[in-house]
Amino acid sequence: MTRISLREDIAELMAAYAHCLDDGELAAWPDFFTSDAWYRVVPRENFERDLPLSTLSLQGHGMMRDRLYGVESTIFHAPYYQRHILSQTHIVSHEDDTIEARTNYLVLRTKRDLPPEIFNTGVYHDRIVATPQGLKFAQRFCVFDNDLIPNSLIFPI
Amino acid sequence: MSPHQAPPANAKDIASPWRDDGSSRIPSPVYTSREIYDLELERIFYGKHWSYVGLEIEVPEAGCFKRTAIGERSVIMIRNRKGEINVLENRCAHRAMRFCQERSGKVKTLVCPYHQWNYNHDGKLLGVPFQRGVKGNGGMPEDFSLEDHPLNRLKVEVRNGVVFACFDHEVEDLETYLGPEILACFDRTFDGRQLTLHGYSRQRIPGNWKLMMENIKDPYHPGLLHTWFVTFGLWRADNESQLRIDEKGRHAAMLSRRAQKVTENVAEGVTSFRQNMTLHDMRLLDIVQEDWWGQHTVCMTTVFPNVIFQQQVNSLSTRQIIPVGPDAFDFVWTHFGFAEDSEEMTQRRLTQANLFGPAGFVSADDGEVIEFSQEGFRQAPEFSTLCELGGRDVGPTEHNVTETLIRGMYRYWREVMEL
Repeated sequence: MTRISLREDIAELMAAYAHCLDDGELAAWPDFFTSDAWYRVVPRENFERDLPLSTLSLQGHGMMRDRLYGVESTIFHAPYYQRHILSQTHIVSHEDDTIEARTNYLVLRTKRDLPPEIFNTGVYHDRIVATPQGLKFAQRFCVFDNDLIPNSLIFPI
Repeated sequence: MSPHQAPPANAKDIASPWRDDGSSRIPSPVYTSREIYDLELERIFYGKHWSYVGLEIEVPEAGCFKRTAIGERSVIMIRNRKGEINVLENRCAHRAMRFCQERSGKVKTLVCPYHQWNYNHDGKLLGVPFQRGVKGNGGMPEDFSLEDHPLNRLKVEVRNGVVFACFDHEVEDLETYLGPEILACFDRTFDGRQLTLHGYSRQRIPGNWKLMMENIKDPYHPGLLHTWFVTFGLWRADNESQLRIDEKGRHAAMLSRRAQKVTENVAEGVTSFRQNMTLHDMRLLDIVQEDWWGQHTVCMTTVFPNVIFQQQVNSLSTRQIIPVGPDAFDFVWTHFGFAEDSEEMTQRRLTQANLFGPAGFVSADDGEVIEFSQEGFRQAPEFSTLCELGGRDVGPTEHNVTETLIRGMYRYWREVMEL
């Protein structure tokens, strides 16, 4: 893969992921990951101090689907839209078929009857792998700065 | 008193919003009124009540500190060179600076950056720059004494690794404060075993702080609000349950036993009331019975006014309440395990943490309903809650179909608030 086409493919992966969560089919969210991928939402405080607790920690497609079932069928919450604003991706390393990357994100939350608010902001720490189905996340840690979450966090970041 | 000054919070100046002598109908202003809230800070958070501050393991060595708050007053939990834990008010004796801004760290001395006033780990003032002036000019008055200006040092008790503090040094001892029923629940988890810190979750919930205490004194809601619990067999209305409450009614514990054979039930795939609904990944409910549980799989203990001790199957946490005005509070979850845990048990506790916290399958919705209750109180000042499931009295029960623990808290609240 050339450097330029790799960058284009990563940019497309990031954009498609955000589109899936903000406007698309939530059920397709696990498809962005390898089947045994590790998805975490983790406060920066815990991450920097090597404390292992996550706000969400889902290992593999099964747990991700279980989370989506909870989001859509069991957890009561105020309805809201979220919108991801992403920075350009910094490629930290690229060896064989594995890419380590960092992307800043800003997630706005808009509840019914209220103006939008900054809901979550941080960095995606990604391990991206090339698969026959295209680039997938083998690991996606959402390390967020605003460790005081405005009430509850329902949808994936 | 000048007309520009707000009067001190005094129950005599506040018209009681209560319309009867009981504690089963709680009026809206109890959740929304600023003057009632100010009186709560004075009498409850800064009065003769023990507040949770943290776990001893959070400050493992001399000079290690953690900043937190009791009510709206910022405090620092710090270990001294003798290994003792101090809780000091985060307010310089000079110009009242909240000088400590980091959440945690390790320091040789506590220094206020404004004028470099310097305190030891016991809060003793060690020195102030230019105390004796410069070349005979200025400096502190003759009668200035370092001993007279320490940081405000709270009364502290550490019980089996858990740190409590109180601004009022006349408070009764912690054991008496908790009472035998609640002490037994506390000691069941904290029996002296070495703890390990797993990390924090923090959320700001836009509701009155007492609503969170009520939530964990309310065994009516889990099987109804927390559909996830029911769907995957963690909660059934016929669970064997016990509610315990201290003599004064201010603390409480909800204990319950899930199924007789926990692990077998889980291995079978947790049949649910939605017959065909099972988890895709059973690790979320990979419950393993621990010896210290005894007959209960769940024990939720509320210690008035600011902490909930959680044991929900293998997930352990303290949940600290930090009020920020009548309409909001910060809710700080500190998850922990035991030093004796195997790697598998640590992983199990961390995976089960997906059920709890700001995103938890069975607690994200608690924050949401509290927010909407608060909105309801705001729009109806004349309203009173109806809190009469199981009657109007206060006491322990052997079932879950009651709001008696909430009534207990308000019976006590009315005494201490004189409202």
